[in-house]
Amino acid sequence: MLEIKNLHANVNGKEILKGVDLTIRDGEIHALMGTNGAGKSTLSKVIVGDPSYEVTEGSIMFDGHDLLAMKPEERANAGIFMSFQQPIEIPGVSMANFLKAAVNAKRKYQGLDPMKASDFLSMMREKRKLVSMDSKLVNRSVNEGFSGGERKRNEIFQMAMLEPTFCILDETDSGLDVDALRIVAEGFNKLRKPETSAIIITHYQRLLDYITPDTVHVLLDGRIVKTGGPELAKQIEDNGFDWIKGGSINYDFESVTC
Amino acid sequence: MSEQQYIEFYSECRDMIMSKSTAVMNNERDKAFELFKQYGFPSQKVERYKYTDVDKAFAPNYGILFTPLGIAPSSYIFSLKDAPKDMTAYYNRLADTSDGITLLNTMLAHECLLIYVPKNTKVEKPINVDNWIRGAVPSMMNRRLLVVLESGADATVIVGDHATDQQAFLTTQVVEVFCHDNSRLDLYEIEETTPGMNRFSNVYIHTENDCNVRHSCITLHNGTTRNLCDVSMEGQYTEVTLNGCAIASATQHIDNNTLIRHIAPNCTSNELYKYVVDEQAVGAFAGKILVEKDAQKTSSQETNNNLCASPEARMYSQPMLEIYADDVKCAHGSTVGVMDETALFYMRQRGIPEEQARMLLKNAFMGQVIDQISYEPLRSKLYVKVEKRFLGELEKCKTCNLCK
Repeated sequence: MLEIKNLHANVNGKEILKGVDLTIRDGEIHALMGTNGAGKSTLSKVIVGDPSYEVTEGSIMFDGHDLLAMKPEERANAGIFMSFQQPIEIPGVSMANFLKAAVNAKRKYQGLDPMKASDFLSMMREKRKLVSMDSKLVNRSVNEGFSGGERKRNEIFQMAMLEPTFCILDETDSGLDVDALRIVAEGFNKLRKPETSAIIITHYQRLLDYITPDTVHVLLDGRIVKTGGPELAKQIEDNGFDWIKGGSINYDFESVTC
Repeated sequence: MSEQQYIEFYSECRDMIMSKSTAVMNNERDKAFELFKQYGFPSQKVERYKYTDVDKAFAPNYGILFTPLGIAPSSYIFSLKDAPKDMTAYYNRLADTSDGITLLNTMLAHECLLIYVPKNTKVEKPINVDNWIRGAVPSMMNRRLLVVLESGADATVIVGDHATDQQAFLTTQVVEVFCHDNSRLDLYEIEETTPGMNRFSNVYIHTENDCNVRHSCITLHNGTTRNLCDVSMEGQYTEVTLNGCAIASATQHIDNNTLIRHIAPNCTSNELYKYVVDEQAVGAFAGKILVEKDAQKTSSQETNNNLCASPEARMYSQPMLEIYADDVKCAHGSTVGVMDETALFYMRQRGIPEEQARMLLKNAFMGQVIDQISYEPLRSKLYVKVEKRFLGELEKCKTCNLCK
C-alpha cells in the first residue's frame, strides 16, 4: 500500500528526515515511536503533503501512484487520512458544511454524484454515535470551542465519515483521558476494514493496548533505527530510548558522543 | 480640473434642470452651485477623500440622465414634489455643504425620492428602492433620497444599486435620514454593479431620543465605490449600528468612510466593517467615532477586520476615536490578515480542493457580518449571494429585471 524509500525532507531549510525507508502492506498497523523532534510528525506531514515541508530526496508510492506528485486533496481523496496532533479551529465553517464538502469531493474523485442531503445527515448521525460525539458539537463550527479531547474525538469522527484506507494517527492519544482514549481507540477499531492500514504515532504503550500494531518502528534523528514487534513498544515504555541509541549501528556517531 | 465641465453644464442647463424639478429642490441649486465653484471636488489631500481619486472618476464626458422616478403605489413612498405633508422642510438640511459631491448632487438632482413613515406606524414589509443604470454611452445619474420617520415609526428600507452594460457609469447619491423620537430604522444598501461603475454615495443620518437605527452597507460587485455615512446622534438613549460587507477582486476599489457623532449622552454605537480584497483590488476603511463633551455615558465599539486574499491586494484601515467627554466606554480595533494557511491545509487534507477551501474560508470570514442582518429573508439571500460572489458567479446582477 505505502512504500517509502530513502526519504529526505527539510522544514525551513533544516533537514529533519535523513533517509527513511518504510513499507506498509494492506491491513498492517505500524506504530512509530521516538524522542521529541525525531521526525515522526514530519514524516506524517510529508505523507499528507503539507506544503511547509520540502522533500529533497527519495520517493513515496501509494497504491502504485507517485504520492509526492499529488496535491494534498488528491492524496486525501485517494484514501489517506491524518488525525492531526493539534486540530485547528475554523470559525464560521460549520462541521456539516465542512464534511459535506469533504465527502462530496471524495465522491467526485470516485466519479460519483454528490450525496443527497438526507443521506448525508443520516450518515452524520450514524457515524457520530460510533465515536460517541455530542450532537451539539456537530452543530458548531469546525473545532470551535472544542476541548482538546473533543478535538481528538472529532478527528476520528471525520475519519469515520471519510472512510480512508490509510490512516495516520499523530499522537491521537495525547490530551485524552482514559475513557476518551478507549472510545477513540474502539471507534478506530470498529471503523477499520481488513485492508485498512495505519501509522500510529505515540509516546505511550496505552494506545497500543487497544490498537495492537503489527510492527513497531523507532525513529531517531530522522532515520528508522530499530524495527520490531509489539514487544518493542513495551521495552521502550520500560527503558526509554537510550539503550537503542547506544546499541544502534545505524546511529549517527556525532550524536552518540554527546 | 474635472469640475469645469460640470460648472459649464450647470450654467448652460440650469433652466432645463429646474423645469424638470420642483421648487424645494430648485431653491437649493444656486447656493450649491456657488459653493461648488468655490470648493470643487475634494482632492486626495482632503483627509476624508485620501483613498479615492474623485477627479479621475468625474473626468470622463458623461451624458447626464434625467430619468423620471418610477414609483409603485405605496403609502410610504413618494416623489418629493407630491409629498403628503410639508416634507420640504427636511430637504437638504443634513447634507454637508462643504462636500463637493453633495454639492454637485444638489445642483443636478432633478427628483427626490421620499420615504415618509407617519407617527407610530410600523411598516410591515420592507420598502424596496431599486436603482439601475444602463446606457450605450458613458452616463451619469444623480440620485436623491429623503427618509423621514416620525416618532414611533418603524421601517426597513432596502436600497439596491444595479448596473447593466459594460459602460462607464457614474452615480452620485445623497441620502438624508431623519429619525424622530422612538423610531426604528433598518436601512440596507446593496451594490451589485459592473466594473465600469463609479459610485459616490453620501448618507447623512440624524437621530433623536430612544431611536434604534441600523445601516448596513454591502458591496458585492462594483467598479469604484466611495460610500460616506455620517451619523449625528442628537438625542439620548439611542442605539446606532453600522455594518459593512465589502468584497472586491480584479481591480475593484471600495472606500467606506464613516463618522458617528455622539452629541447627546447615554447613547450606544456599534460598528463592524469587514472586507475581503482579492487579486489587485483595493479596500479602504476610515471610521471615526467622535464623542462630544456632553455625550457622557457613551458606549461605542468600532471594529474593522480585513482579509487580503492575494499578495497584490491592498487594504487601508483607519479606525479613529476622538473623545471630549470623561465618562465613556469606547473601543476601536482593526485587523488586516491573510488567509490562514493552517486551516487551508487542514481542509485540503480532508479532500476539499484548494479553491473551494479558500472560498469556504472567505465565506466564513464574511459570515460574521451577514449574521448581523436582522431582516431574515435578506440575510438568507445574502448568504447565498456572498457565496456566489466568492465562486465568481455574481459577475452581473441577476436580481433586476433588465438582467434576466
